[in-house]
Amino acid sequence: MEAILETKKLSHIYSAGTPFERAALLDVDFTAYQGEYLGIIGHTGSGKSTLIQHLNGLLKPTSGQVLFQGTDIWRDAKTTRETRFQVGLVFQYPEYQLFEETIYKDIAFGPKNMGLSEDEVDRRVREAARFVGLKEEQLEKSPFELSGGQKRRVAIAGVIAMEPKVLILDEPTAGLDPVGVESILGNIRDYHEAHNATIILVSHSMEDVARTVDRLVVVNDGTLPYQGTPSEVFQHGQELEAMGLGVPQMTRVFNRLKGMGFDIGSSVFTIEQAKKAILDTLSTGGGT
Amino acid sequence: MALKDITLGQYFPGTSLIHKLDPRTKILAVVLYIVALFLAKSFVTYLIMFGVLAVAVAVSKVPMRSLVRGMKPVVFILVFTAVINVFYTPGDHVLVKVWVLTVTMEGVWNAFFMVVRILMLISCTFLLTYTTSPILLTDGMEALMNPLKAIHVPVHELSMMMSIALRFIPTLIEETDKIMSAQRARGADFDGGNLIQRAKALIPLLVPLFISAFRRADELAVAMECRCYHGGEGRTRMRQLQYKTGDVVVLVAMLVIAVAVGILGFRGY
Ligand SMILES: Nc1ncnc2c1ncn2[C@@H]1O[C@H](COP(=O)(O)OP(=O)(O)OP(=O)(O)O)[C@@H](O)[C@H]1O
Ligand SMILES: [Mg+2]
Repeated sequence: MEAILETKKLSHIYSAGTPFERAALLDVDFTAYQGEYLGIIGHTGSGKSTLIQHLNGLLKPTSGQVLFQGTDIWRDAKTTRETRFQVGLVFQYPEYQLFEETIYKDIAFGPKNMGLSEDEVDRRVREAARFVGLKEEQLEKSPFELSGGQKRRVAIAGVIAMEPKVLILDEPTAGLDPVGVESILGNIRDYHEAHNATIILVSHSMEDVARTVDRLVVVNDGTLPYQGTPSEVFQHGQELEAMGLGVPQMTRVFNRLKGMGFDIGSSVFTIEQAKKAILDTLSTGGGT
Repeated sequence: MALKDITLGQYFPGTSLIHKLDPRTKILAVVLYIVALFLAKSFVTYLIMFGVLAVAVAVSKVPMRSLVRGMKPVVFILVFTAVINVFYTPGDHVLVKVWVLTVTMEGVWNAFFMVVRILMLISCTFLLTYTTSPILLTDGMEALMNPLKAIHVPVHELSMMMSIALRFIPTLIEETDKIMSAQRARGADFDGGNLIQRAKALIPLLVPLFISAFRRADELAVAMECRCYHGGEGRTRMRQLQYKTGDVVVLVAMLVIAVAVGILGFRGY
């Protein structure tokens, strides 16, 4: 697999030189591969947001490097700005960044800053709106008339409209109801498949992450202790729990079952998967 | 550099003797210090003022570099003051004469004293805000202004507004930082272009900022009403301010110094 985004010995210290100095990242070597769906998990204050803000040059490393397609993104001002368009970042609670009179104009803000032609901007706005499930007739409305969940869709569309190669989302489902969570995760998957884009999803919900991502990176106190497929990472159940993370409930049940000697599948994160695994095991007559 | 790193008037928690003084004492001492600073005339008095400040800074344990960092925003004013004083003080001891500009010995000294005076003025007010939490500071102000209630100044309301404002400054700075980052991620450019472009670039920042400020104000008002806040009438306090021996010592000392500096300054020292 080809790396698209990499950090090399990346460290970040907030408010260096004041009594409030705090190291948020320490010598982090992080890699995201071309076209993968990557999850980042970690408890509150572990450094997730700090890490991803380095990936598109919003924060400057205290030390270390950030490489996008092999080039240091801080090489010159032009590279940094280009990177911001190629690596789209949707912030935590993005609904508070809306400012335009109409939804259309707000989504068009990013593409316009890229200097695209009118037609291209128009195409991208409409396509992005479709991805997040906004209707044509809503585009001329004021974004401030929408509900919180709808505002968030507009904000996500605003980043998708830049058609970034890498789309990073910081807790896009925080504070939404289960239906809202499903539909936003679905929108993101659609974008992933339609553009073969790399997705980096930040979350502290193990359940959400486990069933959507190909690979998982765990952040704890500014370091990355574990990486791998969800089932690999969940092998470290106890360590994760000590970090205040814990594995999905179903995975825990199945780990226990295995510990009790049942021959049963281990990459189980959701109730559906659990049902299937149990039925499979029963039909083949596994167990003791 | 993040906006958050601006330390202007920020409180540094600590347990030094100065931190522990009553806020009223500190406010009065700073007022006395500033008055004395304007009565100081020459070396002797400036040296006394500097000594007082140095002792206070040393006792407070506020790191020197934080004080220096706070000075950055006023560098322009300092340079401006110095230049004006150097060139526009009339005097007999002419040092250099270039075209219409004359630099006199008096001018140089004037500029020097002026700059030192401003630096000490800022340092002592910073020392006050560095060592006093915003809540205590407004409590102290309210207590000191209490006599004004007799002439119907809404002292309590004013101090409540001030504490709310102080409380929300860091929040607003943090929010500004966040919105700026979010818009930068969409390609907004806050530092390039001419004046008009720069002003326009602020719209994506200011609109969300105002909306969230109003939302916060609304939420706060509701929260206060839910707890039956109805102004200063008959309100009691959780923290009672109380003068201790240390406060009396500091106030008397400061008063003596101010009077001494006043007399010395009057005599031209
Ligand atoms: N602007 C800032 N100034 C100073 N310290 C900060 C700043 N932003 C974050 N920190 C500190 O850095 C650490 C990492 O913060 P970060 O926002 O990256 O955490 P996070 O993993 O995203 O948490 P959450 O899940 O709550 O979003 C925290 O301890 C936080 O207090
Ligand atoms: Mg975060």
